[in-house]
Amino acid sequence: MSLLEITGLNMEIHGTPVLRDVSLCIEAGQIVGIIGESGSGKSMTAFSVMQLLPEGGQARGTVRLSGHDMLALPEEALCKLRGNEVGMVFQEPMTALNPIQQIGAQVAETILIHESVSRSEAFTRAREALNRCELPEDKFPMSRYPHELSGGQRQRVVIAMAIALQPKLLIADEPTTALDVTTQAEVLRLLKRLTAEDGMGLMLITHDLAVVADMADHIVIMRAGEVVESGPCPALFDRMQHPYSRALLAASDHQPDRQEHVLKEPLLSLQNVVRDYALPRSKLFAKQGYFRAVNGVSFNVRRGENLGLVGESGCGKSTLTRAILGLEQVQGGSITLDGEAVFSGKQPNRAVRRKMQVVFQDPYGSFNPRWTVRRLVCEPFHLLDTPPQGDAREAALSQALESVGLATEDADKYIHEFSGGQRQRIAIARALIIKPELIILDEAVSALDVSIRAQILDLLADLGARFGLTYLFISHDLSVVRNVCDRCLVMQAGEIVERGLTADIFERPQHEYTKQLIAAVPQLPGKAE
Amino acid sequence: MNRSLVIGAALSAVFVVAALVSFVWVPYDVTALDIPNKLQKPGFQHLFGTDHFGRDIFSMIMVGARTSIAVAVVAVGIGMLIGVPLGLAAAARKGSLMDEFIMRGNDLVFAFPSLLIAIMITAVFGASAVNAIIAIGVFNIPVFARLVRGAALSLWTRDYVLAARVSGKGAARISFEHILPNVTNLLIVQGTIQFSLGILAEAGLSYVGLGAQPPTPSWGRMLAESQTMFSFAPHLAIFPGLAILFTVLGLNLMGDGLRDVLDPRLRRAQR
Repeated sequence: MSLLEITGLNMEIHGTPVLRDVSLCIEAGQIVGIIGESGSGKSMTAFSVMQLLPEGGQARGTVRLSGHDMLALPEEALCKLRGNEVGMVFQEPMTALNPIQQIGAQVAETILIHESVSRSEAFTRAREALNRCELPEDKFPMSRYPHELSGGQRQRVVIAMAIALQPKLLIADEPTTALDVTTQAEVLRLLKRLTAEDGMGLMLITHDLAVVADMADHIVIMRAGEVVESGPCPALFDRMQHPYSRALLAASDHQPDRQEHVLKEPLLSLQNVVRDYALPRSKLFAKQGYFRAVNGVSFNVRRGENLGLVGESGCGKSTLTRAILGLEQVQGGSITLDGEAVFSGKQPNRAVRRKMQVVFQDPYGSFNPRWTVRRLVCEPFHLLDTPPQGDAREAALSQALESVGLATEDADKYIHEFSGGQRQRIAIARALIIKPELIILDEAVSALDVSIRAQILDLLADLGARFGLTYLFISHDLSVVRNVCDRCLVMQAGEIVERGLTADIFERPQHEYTKQLIAAVPQLPGKAE
Repeated sequence: MNRSLVIGAALSAVFVVAALVSFVWVPYDVTALDIPNKLQKPGFQHLFGTDHFGRDIFSMIMVGARTSIAVAVVAVGIGMLIGVPLGLAAAARKGSLMDEFIMRGNDLVFAFPSLLIAIMITAVFGASAVNAIIAIGVFNIPVFARLVRGAALSLWTRDYVLAARVSGKGAARISFEHILPNVTNLLIVQGTIQFSLGILAEAGLSYVGLGAQPPTPSWGRMLAESQTMFSFAPHLAIFPGLAILFTVLGLNLMGDGLRDVLDPRLRRAQR
């Protein structure tokens, strides 16, 4: 008998079907990857195993977890099973932990809820769980608070909570999506090791095929609430049948068409840029301390090229973005766009500003929710001395919307009516409307599903060719940069540690950090060099 | 539909309608004394009875609603008109000298017991409805300034504010175009709560004789005057008391309901 058996699971929320005839099976010690884009029902499948259905949710079919019929059990019995038999790891490590509780207490709490053991024993076992999740005692005492840990370390605490009771099944819902590539690789390795050690079943939910390709034993591909294809891994990759699975496979390693027409002349030029942040004073009259976020960075972006800037979170790339945009003053060095300084004191130099625009990572936070798309997209017109009015404005608006694949009628909608991918298109339309020369893409595709990401990358390549744009891609994800950039810069702790042509960097990385980054990128079978 | 919003709005509407109707019609003239009919019990002739001068309590409550609502509206208005821009400015220049100056000024106002200062203002400038309004209004300023600053600070970290800055917009423009529309929910909710507090404060000031002056009827003064006659004419105290109770209750319910309806975090099935 399998550890988890789902047969013919149907689910609807307030009468809207979200799962249709889902069947899958997880054995003890097996890793099953469930793959699909957002809205494909992969998280709902996980929630129906836990019987944590959203309000108005109704499940039919059978879900058997080590012999228990989960759909028939009363709530009380389910509470005993959750945590005890099934552990769960969520996507967002920032919100999965209680910010005002020490990590040791949080892990011990899950033990105390389920077993009648003494507090000291619960803490001993919590310590063991943390040790197993590679958070050693000398560096990570149990008295640490979540805000003292990085994203990857928090995710380890969440995993420690999930495995503290040695459940038979661990459900990990997009456990690495919010993490950098290097951290992602470490967390995946940890999950794999724990599964092997405890003989747990692992249900690994993700939108990225590459993430599960080299660790799952079995893969289930879902779309619109249905299982479209499933089979053992890696054999499945060789004989994928369903067009959707093939599309997903292609999207993971998408290469947009692009002609190179790079000119020699530099558009944006950074010379020895230094950016310090004042630290809060520890004592009233203590000497002011500084944190150097960007340390002597110099590079040129040539007209018409795609330059990638890669580094993990905290390396100073967002600080650099704000400095390039002229929003913050730098403490040393110079940043010039077409020979003119980008920062000009309190009054922004609009002649410089109108040559560059930016697209941000978060498709949800980038727009004022109370504005219509028309007003949002037209906002950069503020930079023009004589912004177009009336028909000219409408024409520019519909041209911008149409060039990103949206309809003119969308102009009167509000932002909440659009999906993440569509919002990112609107963000690009907003950047395009004043016809800038440089567009800075600050993790612009990191929050998107692989298939949507591929579409946006195609769009960017197409727009780049049509309007002669120069892109500065800022990302923690090497695989994105690799396929679209002519040259790459690798940034670590505020400094550029390696630079060169993209192909050279990937084939012959020089710096230790670059090697680590490249090794961390998940590989699809058959595509590895 | 939100239940507390409906009940609250209905209760508040009763008093607003009563106040509006009182401009064109009241059952009895509230300035005319009718000593022979003094201290009548509630009945068909006088719905809520009469006071010790023979004035109709029902009419006085209607006209009193006018005073209470006017005082509260203007006081909340003063608080919003001055407090909101101060809060927006403090948030836009976070950590600057101006921010410190505005917020410490707020602390100063907050540090004084509000009713005492109101008494002081009315004692210095004379007792009148206008001075009561100013006194109550001044204490609304730090409430709105703090509320707006707190909410605005978190909005300033949003990417859309960054995008607006990339579009070359200045702090003032961003504050009014991006920040203000996103804090209006909070302002409406806090406004209704401050409104009910304003009514209470006006009643309190009138009770100690520092609010609206005779012969303008006021709920607070009606309560004060009924004090000595409570043992033999309790209706003199009960009806203005109930009027204050129901208005404040109605406004608070409405504030709660509005918060539930307007706050997307509490609203279900959004996005």
